[in-house]
Amino acid sequence: MTNGFLSLLQPNNVEGLAEYLPEIYASRRDFLKVSAAAGGGLLLSFALPSVSKATAMDHADTGTTVLNAYVRIAPDNIVTIMSKNPEIGQGIKTMLPMLIAEELDVDWKQVRIEDALADAAVYGRQVAGGSMATPLEWNPIRKVGAAGRQLLVTAAAKHWKVAASECTTAAGKVRHQASGRSLSYGALAAAAAMLPVPNLDSIKLKDPEDYKIIGHSIPGVDSPLVVKGEPLFGIDTVVPGMLYAVFHKCPVFGGKVVSANLDAIKAMAGVRQAFVVEGGTNLAGLMPGVAILADGWWRAEKARRKLQVKWDEGATAQQSSEGFARQAAELAPKQPTMSLRNDGDVAFALQGAAHVVEAAYAYPFLAHAALEPMNCTAHVQGDRAEIWAPTQNPEPGRVLVAQTLGLDTKNIVVHMTRIGGGFGRRLMNDYMVEAAWISKQAGVPVKLLWSRADDIQHDFYRPAGWHFFKGGLDADGKVVAWQQHFVTFGSNGKFASSASLDSDTYPAGRVANLSFGASLIPSGIPTGPLRAPGDNGLAFVFQSFIDEMAHAAGKDPLQFQIDLLGNDEVLPGKGAGFNTGRSRAVLEKVREVSGWGQRSLPPRTGLGVAFYYSHLGYFAEVVEAAVGNDGQVKINHVWAVGDVGSPIINPTAALNITQGGILDGFGEALNQRITVEKGRVVQANFDSFAPLRMSQAAPIEVYFLVTDNSPTGLGEPPLPAAIPALCNAIFAATGKRVRKLPIDPEKLKV
Amino acid sequence: MHYTLHVNGRALEVDVDSDTPLLWVLRDAVNLKGTKFGCGAGLCGACTVHLDGTPVRSCQTAISDVGTAAVTTIEGVGDTPIGALLQQVWLDVDVVQCGYCQAGQIMSAAALLAKNKTPSDDDIISAMDGNICRCATYARIHQAIKQAAKTDLGSVATKKGT
Ligand code: FES
Ligand code: FES
Repeated sequence: MTNGFLSLLQPNNVEGLAEYLPEIYASRRDFLKVSAAAGGGLLLSFALPSVSKATAMDHADTGTTVLNAYVRIAPDNIVTIMSKNPEIGQGIKTMLPMLIAEELDVDWKQVRIEDALADAAVYGRQVAGGSMATPLEWNPIRKVGAAGRQLLVTAAAKHWKVAASECTTAAGKVRHQASGRSLSYGALAAAAAMLPVPNLDSIKLKDPEDYKIIGHSIPGVDSPLVVKGEPLFGIDTVVPGMLYAVFHKCPVFGGKVVSANLDAIKAMAGVRQAFVVEGGTNLAGLMPGVAILADGWWRAEKARRKLQVKWDEGATAQQSSEGFARQAAELAPKQPTMSLRNDGDVAFALQGAAHVVEAAYAYPFLAHAALEPMNCTAHVQGDRAEIWAPTQNPEPGRVLVAQTLGLDTKNIVVHMTRIGGGFGRRLMNDYMVEAAWISKQAGVPVKLLWSRADDIQHDFYRPAGWHFFKGGLDADGKVVAWQQHFVTFGSNGKFASSASLDSDTYPAGRVANLSFGASLIPSGIPTGPLRAPGDNGLAFVFQSFIDEMAHAAGKDPLQFQIDLLGNDEVLPGKGAGFNTGRSRAVLEKVREVSGWGQRSLPPRTGLGVAFYYSHLGYFAEVVEAAVGNDGQVKINHVWAVGDVGSPIINPTAALNITQGGILDGFGEALNQRITVEKGRVVQANFDSFAPLRMSQAAPIEVYFLVTDNSPTGLGEPPLPAAIPALCNAIFAATGKRVRKLPIDPEKLKV
Repeated sequence: MHYTLHVNGRALEVDVDSDTPLLWVLRDAVNLKGTKFGCGAGLCGACTVHLDGTPVRSCQTAISDVGTAAVTTIEGVGDTPIGALLQQVWLDVDVVQCGYCQAGQIMSAAALLAKNKTPSDDDIISAMDGNICRCATYARIHQAIKQAAKTDLGSVATKKGT
């Protein structure tokens, strides 16, 4: 295995995107506060936005901005930066301080990142991070740093009685060139704290040419603790006097407890309490189940094996993956019940087409399977609750706990811990409300820990989907018709969570006669966002079907993609719209770096290409895959080209997460499926639901285009294209088209 | 049942059921939280520790089977030259994403390097394939092990100072 590498390329002339979501900041007049820190320092307090738009808007509506992050410059010239964004492995805890330190103009060695977890005094409103952090915070956070720098320069200029414009800064010092004087930020901090807040609108930011921190690789700030096994994660929480809990829910989603052998369970070694939790009907809230509390988690889990529960399984017990697939097949030939888009006259265009391509695609439910199982520690006492949770989204959790337990949100403190993987699972807070309820009912602090089976069988799954296509090509091999019937989950004309199809999804706008329709299957299976939600399934079907059309047209698939994109322009779409030029640029670059069309390959080895626009980022990927005579797929090499704006703030983290995202896509394509039978999930652990392992990990070369666009996130964008690029490579290698995930080696055998 | 465990060079007294997996003894009875629970079924390697230098899945090792074996966990592996080297290389290569798997990864890597100073790519894959990294930091884990294998152990200070 060789390792991928990072290569920063020259700017190309791709049209710039507007700033994202500036309105959140526009409405925050008190975004920055300047004050004196204890011991003679300077304290800059500011507000970090939440990943949840609703939360940010709520703040704006009430006109109150909660300052939840700060920079402190102490007299000893140490700069402490604290923020409360949850760290789930996306590198946020390192990246945000880099932005501040750069504009403040200090040496990274002066910087300390404050552990927000240890600072209970400042817990007020909690803030979630996520894939939106980079685009949201790029400008405002740099301005905080620049404002701090301006204050320190002003303080120095006043002290020396010179013009501020004659002063410069470097490595945490203000210098007056003409007189050769200089003062450290630490020495100036107390004086700077007395100055008024600078006007953020007129703050001058650094010329990127002068960056000393941004664009340079900074290792994760908590990694020294991680490699020593320090207790950082939610699962490591210890509260004096706590009991350990398991919570056994009905294997059928929505099922209720009728009765349980609680007396037998209570008699088991170490078991202190066992009781039924009545719960409700909200699958994202507190559901019915049996709680077992013991003096150690193992004893609670062991007792659970003897637990016998009579369930009222409810209606979902009739549902199965097979049944859903059957319903989808029945719906396929019918008129979609919802019309999402209708351009031109698709039926007429298909009739007149020189060639019609027809295909049915399907992908399964998927679980998240973060490596740290769901867990939460809670201590409810009277009308107050204290909670320690590895959650990506603490604020809705607090509200959920308040509503379910009948508490005032003011009386609920949520401590965020480091998180052993999120992938979207921890945007939900079901485990939080379970821990809180069990603590309340038991009257003791409780650490709730799910088993792996709990985690895989009680998830909010990436919804399965079925797509029925007809595509028409004219005599020149141009796409003239595109008909797509999407069958997915939902009811009453509303898509289930993460099951929707946006009417603007490319190639909408590039095919004159195009229709998207949808039909919904009602289901009791909870669904929710999984890394690159929506796109992780849609990229597979859209980019595979375009590849099918390319082959049917007898064209080179990569050139066919570029031709279909047409002129460089911004089409309506998510975020700032879909930029055909940025798409073309990543495709052209991946053609060059992968040696597309230039290399001869051994038999049953092929190259596949795909690109996707996801969460404001553009990725084109080429996969070289070899398929054995036994049908086993081996990925030899991957070339990935991304345009997530410039600069790449922390190249080492960017490369790591890009490779991880692509491999995650391969794991989904090669290994993963959640099957529902009789309303319950069949898979229970990593044998039947298998994350990618090292032996399946391919070497990935990553390139980032340098463009004029503001930087955007990397948690999601690299993943979607990986799946169709792999499937298209399998077609190139074998002539067999993968239309159903996960990839079935049986179908690829010779 | 009463047991005396030898963990990271210290003798620890515990009173637990004889079938308790070593994982839960470490985490809950003696409060060493570095060893992680991922699957409880020997499938992910997050719980890897050493028994007399051999890597085992502590979730699959009953306390009654540990006997007098020396248990080394992520909290103690830094006292060995190989462990200290790996912890440093892990930082140099910037392996960590969420970090949850990394204790187990380092324990498996330490056991590999202890018996094979110059592992081939295939040796690394077969030693590490039982350790899942859900964030898929595999390229960097691989690179870190290669880098450690190239380092002269005499040049590495352990946590306590060599
Ligand atoms: S927790 Fe022991 S192998 Fe997964
Ligand atoms: S770093 Fe997250 S599981 Fe390995």
